[in-house]
Order: sequence, then C-alpha cells, then structure tokens
Amino acid sequence: MSDAAEPIRARPARPRHPQRRAMRHGMIALALLGAVLAGAPLLPEGALSVDAAARALAPRPAHPLGTDLLGRDIAARTLAALAQSVQVGLLAAGASTLVALVLGLAATLGRAADHLVGGLTELALGLPHFVLLIMIAFAMGGGTAGVIVAVALTHWPRLSRVLRHEAQVIAASDYVAISRALGRSRLWVARHHLAPHLVPQIVAGFVVIFPHAILHEAGLSFIGLGIEPHLPSIGVMLAESLREIMAGHWWVAAAPGLGLMLVALIFERLGEALRRLSGPAGGTT
Amino acid sequence: MNAWLPALVAGRLLRLAWLLPLAATGLFVLISMAPIDPVQAYVGGRTSQIGPEQREAIAAAWGLDRPAPERFASWLGRLVQGDLGRSITFNAPVLQVIAARLPASLALVGSAFALSFVLGTLLGLVAGATRGRWPDRVIRTIAVVLAASPGFWIAILLVALFAVGLGWLPACCAAPPGRLDSEVALADRWRHMVLPVVTLSVVGLAPLVLHTRQSLIAFLDGPAARHLAAHGARPLHLAFGPGLRHAAGVALTLHLAGAGELFGGSVLAEAVFAWPGLGQATVRAATGADAPLLMGIGLATLLFVFAGNLLADIAARLADPRLRRAA
Repeated sequence: MSDAAEPIRARPARPRHPQRRAMRHGMIALALLGAVLAGAPLLPEGALSVDAAARALAPRPAHPLGTDLLGRDIAARTLAALAQSVQVGLLAAGASTLVALVLGLAATLGRAADHLVGGLTELALGLPHFVLLIMIAFAMGGGTAGVIVAVALTHWPRLSRVLRHEAQVIAASDYVAISRALGRSRLWVARHHLAPHLVPQIVAGFVVIFPHAILHEAGLSFIGLGIEPHLPSIGVMLAESLREIMAGHWWVAAAPGLGLMLVALIFERLGEALRRLSGPAGGTT
Repeated sequence: MNAWLPALVAGRLLRLAWLLPLAATGLFVLISMAPIDPVQAYVGGRTSQIGPEQREAIAAAWGLDRPAPERFASWLGRLVQGDLGRSITFNAPVLQVIAARLPASLALVGSAFALSFVLGTLLGLVAGATRGRWPDRVIRTIAVVLAASPGFWIAILLVALFAVGLGWLPACCAAPPGRLDSEVALADRWRHMVLPVVTLSVVGLAPLVLHTRQSLIAFLDGPAARHLAAHGARPLHLAFGPGLRHAAGVALTLHLAGAGELFGGSVLAEAVFAWPGLGQATVRAATGADAPLLMGIGLATLLFVFAGNLLADIAARLADPRLRRAA
C-alpha cells in the first residue's frame, strides 16, 4: 500500500514475484501429489500385509519408518493412506467447489435467491465446522461417501461469497451492459465476460479448500465416522496409534501425521500464492 | 451514548429467533436421515436376549413407529418446554448430560481461549515488529505449519513426548482414574489440564498470529507510528505500547468470533485425552446412534457460536467507536 512512501523501512512484506512463487508452489504440490498417487499402486506385493515376525519395530533399514503392532510397515501404509486421503480430499474439495459455484451464482439471480443463499450461509456457519461435519457424516451413516458429502456441504460459504460478489460486480459493469446492448446473448456474456474472471477464483478456491478437506477427513476417520477402518487412511492409522504410543511406539503416530501435514502444507501455500495472484490486492505485474 | 448496545443485541436476538427454528428443523431432518437403527444401536450386543416384540415395544416407547412430521412436532413441542429428550448412550435426560459435561468443556475451551489469545497476540506483535527479519520468519513458519497440522496429531505427539517419553504429565482424563471427585487435589486437576489446553490453544493459533501481525504492520506504516518513530521510539516499544492497543481490539474480535471453532477442535482434543466433556459426548453420540443427544449438542453449540459472535461484535464496537454507527 504505502511501500513507496516509506523509504526507511523498505523491507517488502509481500514477495516480489508472486507469480513465480505460485509457480514454484504449484510444481512442488503437483510433484508431491503425483508421487503419492503414483507411488501407492507401485507398492510391492505384500507391503501392506501383516507380518508376525516384524511386530512393533522401531525405524531400521528394512522398515525406515518402523512397523506397527501387527507388523505392518508404516512407510508403505502411510503412502497408501495418503493416496486414499488425497483421493477423498480431491473429490470432496471438488464437490464443495461445485456447491460454492452453484450457490454463488444462484445468489445473483434475484433478491429472493440471494436471501435464500444468505440464510443457508448463516445456517452453515451457525455451528462449529467440525460439529456440523459430524452431524452430516452421521446423517450419511459414516463411510467414505459420508465424508465427501460432509466436506462438500460445509466448506462452500467462503468461496461462494467470493464468487457471488465477483459475479455481481461483473454483471453490473458497463462492458456487460454494452455487450448486452450490442445484442450478445446471456450465454455469450457468461462465457466471454464472466468465466474469465470466475475461473481463476474457482481454481484458487478449490486449492484453498483441499487442505481443509483432507484435514477434516482425517479428523472424521479418527473418531470413527469417516473412511471405513479396513481401508488405509491417516485418521484410522492415528486412531490405532493411540493405543501404541502408550507403549512408547512413537513412530507409529509420527509418520502418518507428518505425511498429511506436508500435503496440507504445500497446498495451503499454493492456495495462498494463487489467492495473492487473483485477489484484489494481488501482485499482478 | 451507549445506545448502540441494546440495538445490536436486539438485532442479533431477532436473527437468532429465525435461525434457531431453522437450525432445529435442519438438525432434525439431518439426523432423521441417518441410516442407523436406534433400536439396534440400543440393543447392541444383547441381540439374542431381545426378541422382535420387545424391539417393537422399545420403538413404540420412543415414538419411532410414528411418521416423521409427527415425531418432529412432538420433539419441537417438548423442546419448547425445555425437554430435549433422553440420551440413549448415557441413559439420562439430554439436558442433564449436557449440563454435567459442560463445565469440563468450558474449563478446557476457556483456558485454551485465554492461553491462545495471549500467545497469539504476543507472537503476532513480535512478528509484526520484526517484519522481514528472522523472528518474523520463524513465527510465520510456525503459524503456517500449525495451521496445516491435524490437531489430534499434535495431541498424540504431545502425549508421546510429555506423557510417555518424559513422564512429566498425565496422558488422559481430567483426574487420576479410580478416585472420587472429592479426593482429587486441585494441583492434580491442573496437571491433567496442561496437555489438552496446550493442544487446543496451539491448533487455532495461526489466524490470530497472522492477523495481529497484519494489523500491527498497518499501524506501523501509518502516520502516527511514523511520527513516534521520528521522535525516537523503537519498533519493539512501538509494537508493545501503542501498537498493542491498536491491534488488541482486532485480535479480540477475531478470537471471539473463532471461539466456536475452538469448541469444534475440542471434540478431537477430548477424544484423544478422554476428557469428560461435551466433545467426547459428541463422539459417543455420533458413533452410538444417540440422535436425541446429538441434536441437543447441536443446539447447544449453535448457542455457543451465537454468543461468541455477539461478544465479538460488541468487542469490535468497544475497540472501534466508528463501527457503532453502522449497527
């Protein structure tokens, strides 16, 4: 804001190259995602199976992240669980983005629709995030589908507000009025005037929702309302680790959480970088 | 002079008046959708001892044989009279379960609220005052990493380190097991609170740190701070003197508005530490198909979030008189 007016304290609070930063974060995020999704199916046969001879081992060359009480390799299991979490997270974040888009655009249709969406937003924000997640997962009877629906129905308000605002501003702008006066159809206006502005917001919104989606998925699975316990998932692994850490097996809990944190972290950073690019105060050069 | 306060409270109560019935309806619809048979959940492992007639009798006693709108009407009717129904898992009235568990949760959430406010504001001010240098970088990195970590994982790590590894603090519960409430010393209670409170306060720290940092920077860039700096005030002095006053209102507002999320986080923290509060009851209600308790907790947390938001609005207006006219 006042960078130029302040020669003494000229240290930039904002990175100088937001685009390059977004690119870098995007590359790392995609590489990490690709490694997790491609690595899980490549696990050798039997990497996830129970091995009675290798129970509760601390990290060692054969098992770099140790094994759990049933002799399962933590590294392999973490990788498989992350792949599961990432898939569920992508689906859930995608569904939530779609809900945000539909409701955000619906709010621009008229006063009544706007009030309706506003009321829905109030309701969705009226309960703590995680409590509402539990309620919806409960209504769906738990399971992976329950997680996806629960995340989809709870993470939309923020993005939907942004999209609603953006769509309203564009719809009221002069160039849209001129375009309409020149005889362009509503569809043409939507494609050529609205979409170019909304698509970056939608992409940034999706990337911002994704880390929340996988963290909340893990939380639901942790309390037994999420991904089915027979599937590898970070939440279930951490719930199982709860018993083992009492015996001092810290490695059972360390790796799964760290993996989830790294995936969430890099997407959080990517989302932040993208939002800087597309936001009103963005550093577009 | 203080005319903004009644107007604000009245407006918010009006909003609550339409939000509460809507939320109650929404909750009822949600929970009626659950494909879980409450009778089966209640019977549980005693399937062999309970025949179909008894199941029907249980269903009839709970009114499950009547159509959903009728059940909703009777639930609503009793709700208005302050009767939230009976919890299946705890075999007690819902209101009684909530009242019994609320103090433990409030102690946890309240302590975490205070601790994270002090910690978050402090770190935010230090980061803002040392903008761009290493303390700022370290604090921002910590905040961002914490925001991306699952809270219950942090709880597990704390248990592994401080309870199991070092043996300094207890790993679970609100008091030593196997002792009566009256036998537990106050010091023991405090020791049991440390890990859950630290977990809970650390989890929601990031937004507070980053916002405090931002509002301090906005102040430091403004003419007032530059005037003071020209007179020789140093950044840290500016941050903790006038800057603190400038940032504290915003921080408190933000923190109060986020108090509901603190309660959401306490669900997971209580699950890890077996803390006998509402969060644990939520998990048990959800996994035990205890629909009445779940609905009661839903309504209670709704009021909690509402109170937090109202206090946040009041705090914002106390801190910044310009907002009072807008209300």
